[in-house]
Amino acid sequence: MFEYAPAPESRSIVDIASSYGLFIGGEFVDTRDGHTFKTISPASEEVLAEVTEAGPADVDAAVAAARRAYDRVWSKTPGRERAKYLYRIARILAERSREFAVLETLDNGKPIRESRDVDVPLASAWFFYYAGWADKLAYAGLGSDPQPVGVAGQIIPWNFPLMMLAWKIAPALAAGNTVVLKPAETTPLTALLFASVCQQAELPPGVVNIVTGAGATGQALVAHPDVDKIAFTGSTEVGKAIARAVAGTDTKVTLELGGKAANVIFDDAPVDQAVEGIVNGIFFNQGHVCCAGSRLLVQESVYDEVLERLKRRMATLRLGDPMDKNTDVGAINSREQLTRIRELSEVGDAEGAQRWSAACELPEHGFWFPPTIFTGVTQAHRIAREEIFGPVLSILTFRTPAEAVEKANNTPYGLSAGVWTEKGSRILWMADRLRAGVVWANTFNRFDPTSPFGGYKESGHGREGGRHGLEAYLR
Amino acid sequence: MSTSVAGVDDVTASEPSLRRFLAGLPGVDQVGAEARAATLATRSIKTTAKQQALDTAISMIDLTTLEGQDTPGKVRALSAKAMRPDPTDSSCPSAAAVCVYPDLVSAAASTVAGSGVLVASVATAFPSGRAALDVKLADTRDAIEAGADEIDMVIDRGAFLTGRYSQVHDEIVTIKAACGRPGREPAHLKVILETGELATYDNVRRASWLAMLAGADFIKTSTGKISPAATLPVALVMLEAVRDFRLATGRMVGVKPAGGIRSAKDAIRHLVVVNEVAGPEWLSSRWFRFGASSLLNDLLLQRTRMLTGRYSGPDYVTLD
Repeated sequence: MFEYAPAPESRSIVDIASSYGLFIGGEFVDTRDGHTFKTISPASEEVLAEVTEAGPADVDAAVAAARRAYDRVWSKTPGRERAKYLYRIARILAERSREFAVLETLDNGKPIRESRDVDVPLASAWFFYYAGWADKLAYAGLGSDPQPVGVAGQIIPWNFPLMMLAWKIAPALAAGNTVVLKPAETTPLTALLFASVCQQAELPPGVVNIVTGAGATGQALVAHPDVDKIAFTGSTEVGKAIARAVAGTDTKVTLELGGKAANVIFDDAPVDQAVEGIVNGIFFNQGHVCCAGSRLLVQESVYDEVLERLKRRMATLRLGDPMDKNTDVGAINSREQLTRIRELSEVGDAEGAQRWSAACELPEHGFWFPPTIFTGVTQAHRIAREEIFGPVLSILTFRTPAEAVEKANNTPYGLSAGVWTEKGSRILWMADRLRAGVVWANTFNRFDPTSPFGGYKESGHGREGGRHGLEAYLR
Repeated sequence: MSTSVAGVDDVTASEPSLRRFLAGLPGVDQVGAEARAATLATRSIKTTAKQQALDTAISMIDLTTLEGQDTPGKVRALSAKAMRPDPTDSSCPSAAAVCVYPDLVSAAASTVAGSGVLVASVATAFPSGRAALDVKLADTRDAIEAGADEIDMVIDRGAFLTGRYSQVHDEIVTIKAACGRPGREPAHLKVILETGELATYDNVRRASWLAMLAGADFIKTSTGKISPAATLPVALVMLEAVRDFRLATGRMVGVKPAGGIRSAKDAIRHLVVVNEVAGPEWLSSRWFRFGASSLLNDLLLQRTRMLTGRYSGPDYVTLD
């Protein structure tokens, strides 16, 4: 046997303060009416830091700072000057990438390989990309002289904390808006470290404000009368509440919500890469991915072979310490999420689906769930309809391409889909018919700042990324 | 996409059946295969795992010299090095084999006799393979008679690329038959695909299956005379092939990347791919080899550094 010795990334590169205030008007300030709460490492339940749960007065102060910065500075800063700040932020993120990767992994529980090779490089890339747009907005196809919206309230989830921050802040700033960003309550630390990047880049005070907190803080931000635009990424349930809250007001809104993506494997697929795509589709980031390929649709004629290969591949996944450079599957982000994954998996058992997971030892502390597949699943099962947001794959079969399309589209969601076939014409045929914002062909979970991303139906509206991503922040 | 083989004889019975079988193998998506290899290349092999990997890699080396200017003296020196790669440390494993041209086999064989180090010889009009079958057979017999334990043959890439699969197949079968040694088990046959000339991963997969169906004991990437030689994605595709071939037929075939693997880091990356793609059963010199020359020195330098904590430098290993 060839056992890999532990290869932990050192955490000494990052200094975590014992407590954090709120980043308002270019500096860290104490709360006016909030409380504090602790953020923990989900892999060990170790307390990492104390952070502030911002109250309404804090949110008010943050919005006021953003408004001031917008009126006095940012709306008067030419695009080419805004671009310089964004390029500077992009470079600093790249230079401090190890620091961000380590902190992200500690706070979120995702493997260091992933934060190092995916999250942080993409966050930097997003700033580089939108920096390029800042002085070219007239050429974005949105009119000859598009104007910023004003103050944007941005609420992001815990699955890709820094990357989601970049997806929100980069286009907003490029388009000339100022922002108040609320990171998720379980993963506030990289956003707070990003505040120090804003300081290092000498971004004018108030252009970026960061208020930490949970649902109530987010509600205060959504309900604030001086916010011109709400951008939200998170659950469909909260997204609907936000849509109700802003209905009838002038506030613009974009929502990027849940998904239950179909990953469709045809009998002529490149089978080894398709198996990789299945694994990457559902076990990447512990399945905490809104566009995860959580419903596998396999053509009947190759079902047995694909299943056998998938099981063999799953047996080689390395679950454990997220800080170990050889870890493939990290910790579930929170106890609450673990409970939800367990509950829905038990529903799968009760509905008669067959559960399988590779033998693997779960660490004693922290929140863990083994990579799991369910076979014998039908469209009627809850595990085929509801978003589990964990490393749980439901496997269904289909006979004809038409049936694959019908099953893939038979969901209230429509964020993403995958198609695996060596036949180019079939890829195009499928892409035309799949009601999903992103259709990946012979790959899955690939992201790029130049490519628009967003959903159909209950997966939300508006697009992030690419030229289309500017539209949300311009009028 | 099924890779089950009803019967090897049925598949190889005729040109059309062989062609149908090879065309029916699942395709390889280039982007996906390269991405998988790149991910596996990020595995961090440290401390005890690195020590184990370095020793394993040393024991898998076919220490090679294939130059026009080779002399019996150089081959004897190389053979001595294969037996005792680190003369100062008897715990250092020996290499798997020395790999030379047929006319130098006797020099190698007389040096390594009884040591456990094998003698491999390239044959069949290496490296181009452009000769009549009789010449290739004579080349092979020459090497066997001189004492070769293993034959590294090249396939006829011209025939393969123009779709004359039966010709390639039959030639391998014929050479394999010539590997017999009276009173001993036949010499092992390694079949060099020269993947740098096959151009696509689909072709690499097909050529791998073709060689295995024809009875290859090992499939080998390259002659070392063509660039690109061994790459990690090519090794990945070939390791998938031997894994699938065993599932289909029950027979295990070895893999030998050759050419271009010069650093210990590169060798360890290959071992990771062997471990996670084909499986740990392939992690021995019986089933995996490196065709290399300068690689051994880097492995030795790294090994000494692991054991002593100091990096000795290139003056402390022998130049060949």
